[in-house]
Amino acid sequence: MITIIRNAQIGPDGDKADVRIENGTISAIGDLGEVAGAHELDGSDAVVVPGFVDLRAHLREPGREEAETIATGSRGAALGGFTAVVAMPNTDPAIDSPGAVRDLRALAEGASCEVVAAAALTVGRAGALLTPMGELAAVGVRIFSDADRTVSDTGLMRRIMEYATGLTAVAGGEPIVLSHHCDDVHLSAGAHMHEGEWSTHLGIRGVPREAETIMLARDIALARKTGCRLHVPHVSAAESVAMIAEAKADGLAITADVTVHHLVFTDADCASFDPVFKVTPPFRTEVDRAALEAGVLDGTIDAIVTDHAPHEPHTKEFPFDEAPPGVIGFETALGALLTDTDVSLGRIVEAMSIVPAQIAGIGERHGRPIAVGQPANLAVVDLDHEWSVDGSAMASRSHNTPWHGRVLRGAVRHTIFEGDVVVDGGEAQR
Amino acid sequence: MKDLLTIDQLGASGIDEIMQAADAMAEVCARPVPKVPALKGRTVASMFFEDSTRTRTSFETAARRLSADVLNFSASSSSVNKGESLRDTVETIEAMGVDAIVVRHRSSGAPQQIARWAKASVINGGDGWHAHPTQSLLDVYTIREEGRRFDGLNIAIVGDISHSRVARSNVAAYRALGANVTVVAPPTLLPPHVETLGASVSHDLDAVLADTDVLYLLRMQRERMDQALVPSLGEYHRAFGLTLDRARTLPASSLIMHPGPMNRGVEISPEVIDDPRVRVLNQVTNGVIVRMAVLYLVLSSAAGGSAP
Repeated sequence: MITIIRNAQIGPDGDKADVRIENGTISAIGDLGEVAGAHELDGSDAVVVPGFVDLRAHLREPGREEAETIATGSRGAALGGFTAVVAMPNTDPAIDSPGAVRDLRALAEGASCEVVAAAALTVGRAGALLTPMGELAAVGVRIFSDADRTVSDTGLMRRIMEYATGLTAVAGGEPIVLSHHCDDVHLSAGAHMHEGEWSTHLGIRGVPREAETIMLARDIALARKTGCRLHVPHVSAAESVAMIAEAKADGLAITADVTVHHLVFTDADCASFDPVFKVTPPFRTEVDRAALEAGVLDGTIDAIVTDHAPHEPHTKEFPFDEAPPGVIGFETALGALLTDTDVSLGRIVEAMSIVPAQIAGIGERHGRPIAVGQPANLAVVDLDHEWSVDGSAMASRSHNTPWHGRVLRGAVRHTIFEGDVVVDGGEAQR
Repeated sequence: MKDLLTIDQLGASGIDEIMQAADAMAEVCARPVPKVPALKGRTVASMFFEDSTRTRTSFETAARRLSADVLNFSASSSSVNKGESLRDTVETIEAMGVDAIVVRHRSSGAPQQIARWAKASVINGGDGWHAHPTQSLLDVYTIREEGRRFDGLNIAIVGDISHSRVARSNVAAYRALGANVTVVAPPTLLPPHVETLGASVSHDLDAVLADTDVLYLLRMQRERMDQALVPSLGEYHRAFGLTLDRARTLPASSLIMHPGPMNRGVEISPEVIDDPRVRVLNQVTNGVIVRMAVLYLVLSSAAGGSAP
């Protein structure tokens, strides 16, 4: 099977050309002429970019299939131009053993994108006992995370970090990445939004920035001591961006990501009491939002993630303080970044493909240059296409998008995963 | 006005409109038979997701004096526990045919959510720490009934501001009418950025008493002790309670108010409860009057109501 993308711009700054794909690989780029029997994809007024890579997504399977399955989640990811997503281990059961990793990979066969298993830091994500990190590394796990839970026990976190530094050889030469949610649970207990003017007006208990920064300071100090490879997920506070910049300047092996939605929304959006604006960590102020965006633009923040968090539709009809936090994000990521932020397509390719692919340990397959001989994990994006977001029209089993009803400019036209066209003209093929 | 959700939606003119209507309702309540057919054939549902006998009784009495039918719905357990969403619950009640829903809920914002889903009018009977507009309106009516002008009036609200819907709504109402409001509490019982509510802040009750025209005491919840917000009720009483000594400092023309129920010996000493400046029972009486006015205005803005 030969696929040809016709007349597309090659990369954010490239010239127009045709791209020929066969056997999972880019086999030719140029003015290719007619090829008998080839599957043609229209690339006019569109840009070919490496498929996006999401460092943080909740696919819910196994355990909460009524909210999402790997089939529906990966379909949504493909529609959003993602060719790989890192699945957080907060499933039921948690992904905390080699057997659970194998089960997840079996479930992901035939998915619309690569599903990369992250494994838990602690057994059952209970914050008490180390998972068999060595065995997990031996079956290919490169990212460890307790998802939305913090390892509050500082002594345990130190041991996890130390132990991880000994696993580089079994992991194939690259250090194990520890992605740790920074939250001082004593400061955030019972809170449902950012602590600030809006929480005061709305009468909702808030979580102060210090819940994040105190735990981040601890993690940076321990990473400095142990030499572990620390990743800071879904940064939310301006101070955290400054702390990460300082740690990087000191030469620490630290990376960080921010969600698309934290680059767009603030605590003021909670004023409607619509729980679709309830997320963890919470939307903070415009000062924080601007600092996060600046952090993406200057490279302090390495990656942009969706933190795709599906919840059954009725849960967003609970009162704000009873509703679970999180939003879905695959299908809106590109359009939201192009419409609602100053992040350019070039920076999007770096922060939502090249760099996260490297962090996830899949850099030999994803986030590659658009060149002959490279694996064909690609997205073809139309920067000018305007579309109206409808939560219920998405591939996800859940509809909790904060962009519902908004018009976004920028959409994914085609997605090619391992050489197969998984999205053709905006339609999912699997 | 389809719904009454917050004081902020009313502004000074909206508050004044309700006060005018309340004057008419006060006249009704003074009759030998305090009942008019204004809302005959209308159904008012009281949906209380949090227990409150006082507020519920006040609303139901108000509805009955206007000849409305009252439908009573209690749900103390959370929606999550029942496996039913808030919206499911509201749609169930609406399907029985109601014209107005009075909502009391533990969760801030629940009445706002319900108002988005319901065709019936929604009246906020108190939500979380967020708002309690009818309490504020009855408090405004009580102060106004004494012939006080709000412009320049000094009102001190004392107690747990942080967790109080009454405090938030009352600051909004008094500020809208031009009063000077001071909130008095230890820092642990004040929300962050409290100054953005529009009130001055004090941690020293003794320093504000002499200039206070209305002293508004909030109920101190005993559960706050568990959260280390104040060391003990005794220490709170000594620092922020209305003791006999403090009552002597308070000007003779001042009013003492409390949304009830009062904790004797905590926010007020037993020997002060019968002080002639206390207006707690007037507040209760006016609660029925003001809620009649609110029900009437909300339901007569839809078709079918006749004048009382």
